[in-house]
Amino acid sequence: MAEIITGLTFYLFAAVTIASAVMVVGSRNAVHSVLFLILAFFTCSALFVLRGAEFVAMILVIVYVGAVAVLFLFVVMMLHVGENRLFQGVKRFGVVGVLVGVAVAVELIIVITTRAFRQDTPAVATNPATADLNVTEALGRILYTDYFLLFQMCGLVLLVAMIGAITLTLRQRDGVKKQSIPQQIERKRDEAIALRKVESGKGIG
Amino acid sequence: MAITLEHYLVVGALLLTIGLFGILLNRRNVIIILMSVELMLLSVNVNLIAFSTELGDLTGQIFALLILTVAAAEAAIGLAILVVFFRNRGNIEIEDINSMKG
Repeated sequence: MAEIITGLTFYLFAAVTIASAVMVVGSRNAVHSVLFLILAFFTCSALFVLRGAEFVAMILVIVYVGAVAVLFLFVVMMLHVGENRLFQGVKRFGVVGVLVGVAVAVELIIVITTRAFRQDTPAVATNPATADLNVTEALGRILYTDYFLLFQMCGLVLLVAMIGAITLTLRQRDGVKKQSIPQQIERKRDEAIALRKVESGKGIG
Repeated sequence: MAITLEHYLVVGALLLTIGLFGILLNRRNVIIILMSVELMLLSVNVNLIAFSTELGDLTGQIFALLILTVAAAEAAIGLAILVVFFRNRGNIEIEDINSMKG
């Protein structure tokens, strides 16, 4: 009974994932595309939970739905994005596109289902999942020891991405009046104040 | 109705194909292409998680996390480039991106 429920849940989530992925590509409105992308990520993380990888599932929700998808949404709303006319593309590139897409899908599924990748000898796990630790704890144990270099390089990649995004989009505009604190501090009394003798009845000419 | 490794791999393959399809067919805006790339990275993650839990090896989940980071960085840089491009040209239609005559 439990197996049937697991199976049904899998098929439900898998169907929603695939359907929303199709809608991401085919939706006419870019905002709808982003929303379907969020749905695809959500259902995919549900698939991960079914598989027993809770930590990656939750990280997927936090990183993708919380950060990347919102970034996409911001950009889509900021830029004037026209309608996504997929079907105009179908007219011009349809035959090639459909052929390539269907061929790739069929080939991949054939390769997967023939079990050609299954080896006779059981694979030796380099980091076997142990029963006495939960996934998060076990992942932390190896992430901060064996893969610490990769972990640090990930941080570096994110730092470079952040700096890159800021330098790309930062714009110095002319004609904007801004307070410049160094200039204010640099200013001397002589530059700011001048004492003049003013003769009566004439004023400063 | 046991869910095996192959079920997950088929889901991953379909996601990859849809992403590829989106890149090939889209002639209108670049944001959809970026989203298709995200879909393809997601399919890679599905494969990694499926194999990781099938073999009882946590390395696959570590790799999935690394891919997640790189995907986030890629999205940020791609969208920043898109914003700059929009500022310079006024639209992001793929047909108009031809100044390098590639």
